[in-house]
Amino acid sequence: MAQLSLPKDSRPTEGRHFAAPSEATNVKTFRVYRYDPDSGEQPRVDRYEVDLDRCGPMVLDAVIKIKNEIDATLTFRRSCREGICGSCAMNIDGVNTLACTQPISEIKGDVKIYPLPHLPVVKDVVPDMTHFYAQYASMRPWLRTQSVPSPDRERLQSPADREKLDGLYECILCACCSTSCPSYWWNGDRYLGPATLLQTYRWLVDSRDEATGERLDELEDPFRLYRCHTIMNCTNTCPKGLNPAKAIAETKKMLMARRGV
Amino acid sequence: MSMINPLARARGHGSAKQGVHHWYLQRATALLLIFLVGWLIYAMVSLSGQDYLATVLFLAHPVNAACALLLLIAGLYHAMLGMQVVIEDYVHTPWLELTLQLAVRAGCYLGMAIGAVFVLRITIS
Repeated sequence: MAQLSLPKDSRPTEGRHFAAPSEATNVKTFRVYRYDPDSGEQPRVDRYEVDLDRCGPMVLDAVIKIKNEIDATLTFRRSCREGICGSCAMNIDGVNTLACTQPISEIKGDVKIYPLPHLPVVKDVVPDMTHFYAQYASMRPWLRTQSVPSPDRERLQSPADREKLDGLYECILCACCSTSCPSYWWNGDRYLGPATLLQTYRWLVDSRDEATGERLDELEDPFRLYRCHTIMNCTNTCPKGLNPAKAIAETKKMLMARRGV
Repeated sequence: MSMINPLARARGHGSAKQGVHHWYLQRATALLLIFLVGWLIYAMVSLSGQDYLATVLFLAHPVNAACALLLLIAGLYHAMLGMQVVIEDYVHTPWLELTLQLAVRAGCYLGMAIGAVFVLRITIS
């Protein structure tokens, strides 16, 4: 039956408070979600006061400073610190984005940091991305061909055809879009979600790919594709400025064109 | 906890290889309803203040009867497709989902049939 109240483990309690050192000049409070499923304890929100005059400009700089100087038990993913790896995707101030490209100065009041919504939590702001990656892999996101490649040259692509991949190839699979989508929250077990659908569309419009029909066959499903109700959260939240909703709409148009009226 | 392989879980039962038809009909009926609701507004405005006999005569006209019939069928069909998606989205208890889906279908088809009989009775008699 429908569950109208949140389960116990989804209601964080007020956690610990780490005050800034007395000589701090420019203090900002970071409220960070803390949860260790193995501990059996309720998730909590810890408050860290950070001196911004001794911290880099991005949210990730502050999170790293917290781990290095205030509380080493804080767990998060990060790698490139320049918005290309997608590791530090989290829910910051209510919006899914990359901590490394989100300036602290753009956030009014306390900075609230939670894991990406509606994924199982491994620890703190580290979500379990297993199913998300498996969905991406299930679409076999690589060049599929039937023709034999020429032995002495690459598969050629015209500049005009290459341009069709702009706005698609930039996706870094950070999962900000998919985890912002209510349809993915309620039916993520079967709905592929905006990230995987944008990545699949990237292969649908690749002039070198020869499996467009098979790809459309794999997508044509009430849940895999048509759970998209054009809510547009994906496009609103994408930290790379991409438009997954448009890619999904174009995919639906391709299926329509194949079918005829 | 299930030990099912993540890829097996993601692939599930495979693609149903349908969904375009539903998507297309939902939009086609929506488009049709724009015009038919326009007709409904026209009918209500032109019938305001008129008596019962004038209303019956208006509905007995073949064009008006056709519009009323189409409005009923397209409207209820559109509602049925929409409710189907809403139930699929939110109701995840199998027996309850099946019951609701069948109830919505039965209700909409019954509404179409009853409505059609009424409209035809007015226009034919």
